[in-house]
Amino acid sequence: MSATHPVSLSVNGEQISRLVEPRETLADFLRRDLQLTGTHTGCEMGVCGACLVLMDGRPVHACLTFAVQASGAVVETVEGLSESAEIADLQRTFHERNALQCGFCTPGMLVSAHGLLTRPGVPSREEIRDALSGNYCRCTGYEAIVDAIETVARRRSAGERAARFLEEPA
Amino acid sequence: MNAPLGALDRPNSYIGRSVSRPNAKRLLAGRGRYVTDLVLPRMLHAAFLRSPYAHARIVSIDLDEARAMPGVRLIATGADLAKLCKPWVGTLDHFKGMKSASQLPLPVDEVSWSGQAVVAIVAESRAQAEDAAEAISVEFEELPVVSDIDRAREAGADRAASTIEDNLCFTSRLDTGGIDEIFASAFHVVEEEFHFGRHTAVTLEPRAIVADWDASEGKLTVHHATQTPYQFQDLYARHYSIPEVNVRVVAPDIGGSFGMKLHVYHEDMAVIGLSMLCGRPVKFVADRIESFVSDIHARDHRVHARMAVDGDGTILAMDVDDVTAIGAFSTYPRTSAVEGNQVIRLMGAPYRFRNYRAGLSVVFQNKVQTSQYRAVGHPIACAVTERLVDMAAEKAGLDPAAMRERNLIADDAYPCDSPTGYKFEALSHQESLTKLKALMNYDALRGEQAALRQRGVHRGIGIASFVEISNPSPAFYGIGGARISAQDGALLKMTPSGEVRCLISVTEQGQGTETIIGQIVADQLGVAHERVRVITGDTEVTPHGGATWACRGAGIGGETALQAARKLRGNIMSLAAAILQAKPGELDMRDGVVVDALSGAERISLAEIARIAYFRSDTLPPDASAQLSVAHHYAPQGYPFAFTNGIQGCHVELDAETGFVKILKHWVVEDCGRIINPLLVDEQVRGGVVQGLGAAFFEECLYDENGQLTNGSLADYLVPMACEMPDIVIGHIETPTADTALGAKGCGEAGTAAASAAALNAVNDAMSPFGASIAQIPMTPARLLKALGTI
Amino acid sequence: MKARAFSYVRPVTIAEAIDAFAAAGGEASYIAGGQSLVPALALRLQAPECLIDIAHVEALRGIERQGGRLRLGALTRHVDAHDDPLIARYAPLLHLAAPHVAHPAIRNRGTLGGSVALADPASEFPAMMLAMGAEMEIAGPEGTRRVPADAFFQGVYETAIEPGELLVAFHIPVAGPHHRCAFDELARRRGDYALVGCGVMLAMPGDVVEDARIAFLSVGPTPVRARAAEVALLGSRLDEAAIRTAQTALAEDLDPTDEAHVPATMRLHLARVLLGRLLGGLGAAT
Repeated sequence: MSATHPVSLSVNGEQISRLVEPRETLADFLRRDLQLTGTHTGCEMGVCGACLVLMDGRPVHACLTFAVQASGAVVETVEGLSESAEIADLQRTFHERNALQCGFCTPGMLVSAHGLLTRPGVPSREEIRDALSGNYCRCTGYEAIVDAIETVARRRSAGERAARFLEEPA
Repeated sequence: MNAPLGALDRPNSYIGRSVSRPNAKRLLAGRGRYVTDLVLPRMLHAAFLRSPYAHARIVSIDLDEARAMPGVRLIATGADLAKLCKPWVGTLDHFKGMKSASQLPLPVDEVSWSGQAVVAIVAESRAQAEDAAEAISVEFEELPVVSDIDRAREAGADRAASTIEDNLCFTSRLDTGGIDEIFASAFHVVEEEFHFGRHTAVTLEPRAIVADWDASEGKLTVHHATQTPYQFQDLYARHYSIPEVNVRVVAPDIGGSFGMKLHVYHEDMAVIGLSMLCGRPVKFVADRIESFVSDIHARDHRVHARMAVDGDGTILAMDVDDVTAIGAFSTYPRTSAVEGNQVIRLMGAPYRFRNYRAGLSVVFQNKVQTSQYRAVGHPIACAVTERLVDMAAEKAGLDPAAMRERNLIADDAYPCDSPTGYKFEALSHQESLTKLKALMNYDALRGEQAALRQRGVHRGIGIASFVEISNPSPAFYGIGGARISAQDGALLKMTPSGEVRCLISVTEQGQGTETIIGQIVADQLGVAHERVRVITGDTEVTPHGGATWACRGAGIGGETALQAARKLRGNIMSLAAAILQAKPGELDMRDGVVVDALSGAERISLAEIARIAYFRSDTLPPDASAQLSVAHHYAPQGYPFAFTNGIQGCHVELDAETGFVKILKHWVVEDCGRIINPLLVDEQVRGGVVQGLGAAFFEECLYDENGQLTNGSLADYLVPMACEMPDIVIGHIETPTADTALGAKGCGEAGTAAASAAALNAVNDAMSPFGASIAQIPMTPARLLKALGTI
Repeated sequence: MKARAFSYVRPVTIAEAIDAFAAAGGEASYIAGGQSLVPALALRLQAPECLIDIAHVEALRGIERQGGRLRLGALTRHVDAHDDPLIARYAPLLHLAAPHVAHPAIRNRGTLGGSVALADPASEFPAMMLAMGAEMEIAGPEGTRRVPADAFFQGVYETAIEPGELLVAFHIPVAGPHHRCAFDELARRRGDYALVGCGVMLAMPGDVVEDARIAFLSVGPTPVRARAAEVALLGSRLDEAAIRTAQTALAEDLDPTDEAHVPATMRLHLARVLLGRLLGGLGAAT
């Protein structure tokens, strides 16, 4: 076993410092060391898109990055994006449209959708499908996901944002 | 109940209403709890050394170096686990003459497919277990590889497993008689040989299991990503000789199943034994590479079929020979013969003809085992039938839709049976066809097609009728001797605050089982659905039941919940009547409040009834019995299956120069009986269609002649992705089954059943100006260019 | 599917990176975006003892015009190959090819340097470097050198980069207003490795082709220049006859291997169809 290596990075707004084995992927680091299990691993080779997180603001595969490479980076996972309510409208619309079944692909889908919708303009259905070209979903057949993202894109261009998706404590 | 089912005019009428899934919110927030996420104290991780050969004898295994590796806690071979685990054989009694070799978690002396697990390594981390696997050396002596289905059946052929006498697992014949004569005298005969590629489920969450043996209690807890926790409770108990009452199987959130997660897998069985040997929790998550070589595969059929047709296009008969290859073993406990059996029995099912002959041969070979995966057998029977119908239509000079109008069973002909022995209660083929034509704007589409052909644009339109099998009765597995339950059970409890918990044996993998159960319970009780919590997937708390397969969640699970809710409602109303000194018939329940049935005036809330029952039973009349928990089981008793039906349309554009096909649009009209939640049904159908289109155009497990899977990664095995899939239009017809009060049938297989058939017909339609045709799926560019004579 | 153990270093200069390679006794790999390397490590197809993370070497960055050349640092990401205005203007083939490279999240991490140094014959960017006549700037213990694309790709995953050397930058002759460029590929699914892909760069100051560079991917062990097809176009007006001649000439240029499920004849056929469509589009673009 190789020696551990110090890493220090921002995850969901918290500064994290840990010692990790260099061979540990960012996905395993998030899931195992930080218990952020919303990031899923479906193929561990960058094909399925279940492990997408935001790194320095852009969607990347957490399975295709070693945690040591992410030292110094700013990482946001589905948990952080949920708590900050940045994707509340996406989550709400996915829920209403039933744009998920087993939910395993969903965090990656949300991260891809978020990445797409932070770019300027209102994407067409074709552009939405293109943005999801690396996100595998076995359950839905994709249409509901495309519908949900399209709806949010239109609402955002009209200036609407959902305030929260998670329930507030009573 | 006063109100008829499906009426949406009461405050809590949820049956037939689109309700969002309450349990989807945690998945959207990244708070799903999948087995892959689970960490238990002192948990270890398993990895497996796998056979590089498709068929070989294990000569020797050297573990010394691996045992000394960092973090390694246990290494076990087939012999080690054979001391703990009883072997299994994947046969069913009612499949006469069926045979299969006996299986163990890990092989003792012979490997029979490439990728078969041979040695188990348990270590502190998965990475360490993999490190140790690399340090194990196994000496193999290669044996002849059986892969070709014809050579496998020759006399004296090499055998896929040395403990079976030949490679024929199972054969079956159906014959209504006189077939040769009918074909000899028929006006038209169409004939084709079809090839269906092997494919696999590719759930996004791979198979995952954590076994936790507690020697102090003699108790086994298994956290298992499975559709069928009770089936595995039974299997783990019997094969590891643990009292069933001491075995708990928990199936939490599951990242997709599609029939793949209800079979016995060697690694999963091994992990139970590994936990017993270590005395610690052991986790195994198949990585994607392992999934491809160890999850069940499906399909892999070669069907020679012909259809006899009268001069006016009336179908007279079908004659079919199906050969399917299943791997070296028949899968346990559901076997690998069910798909072939359903293929030959579903052939021609939507049509009126009465003359039928079929042969089925199920053949062993040195590949991963095949078994039940979504829409078992349906896509094959449907594609063969529907392609022959199109070919026959062409001979008879009929449009494909007109051909079907002529031959589909009339909607007023029920009940009736098929020449293959299936009994149909009530289907709606003709109405479905009419509706599909309207949805597609079929005639206009044909007009557009003709105009575009003039401009060199080659579009194709394909339609395919189907019958879907759902809700099997005990006449299926039970009669075959498998301990697979056809019934389900529910436990309904009113909480002291007047809310409801429903613990039920059907399980959830995202299709919305818990949601529809909640809707049914709320509807039948007369409470807001937010006040009903549904709990599934834990053998320790829910009653025993078959769980989720063959689309039985709504039809059987739903009816179970309905009957349980009516029972609880009866108890509540009796209690309310006793408290209120009223007659139960004068009361009704609306929105969680007992009201005067006539005036609607509020009399007493459920919360108040529950408070009195649980905390002030001293104030109840002496004869009042406060039974606020009810248990109820339901098993289908009428028809052996609740058949459903529908029809699909597919519109494609063929790039004749490249062999690439763009799927423009897809339509489905389906009849699953009573629709409980239209939103969920539509998405089940869409998801199913896309799995069918994957099979039609992309998915195939490719093997070389040495039995090596050559595309066993998610980069190489092409699953359908967002860019290539079309929007899908869905229409419904509701023909409820009269076998149940609920009237629901299944809808999960419908999309997959006929999508590939519709696509096959569409592509053939597009190729017809070139005089070319194809009878193989997936329809790859290479195969289409070959069919077109380009290469 | 976990990588074998390795050690990790993070140099900030080219010299440090090259020294780190030597210090590891050569049993090291450079990693930038890692989008191809990490899967190879996870599958244990590769197992270096040391991973040298060059992502923080500033000298490997930058996109700038230097006279008649566009200099792209090796760390330029795929996403920038599409989004950057200088690249879109002066190296349009990269801009056109970028959306076909894998998927958005891969393009956010993957680097041009990584892609070209790996030299996967099915990759878009190596073929485009060939089509554009780029020069690769390579640093090694003895200093830096430049290798033209035509000499750079030497075999399957084999390039002019020697062990321990580092790809620093690309120097690409800038495209001008008189250039017409096109890229397309035939992939089973969006983002898949293509069955065949092609980039075309024509110098057409008027309506006559004065220079042509055509490169294919997925048709051989390396990205392949279609020189006979290029010659067939010189002096032509991209009329149907010239395009047909170029398509026919591909038989001399391309020698794809027969594979179990993709016969060589199919690749050659698809290459011809693709070239015909690209040239037809460029001809129609006047």
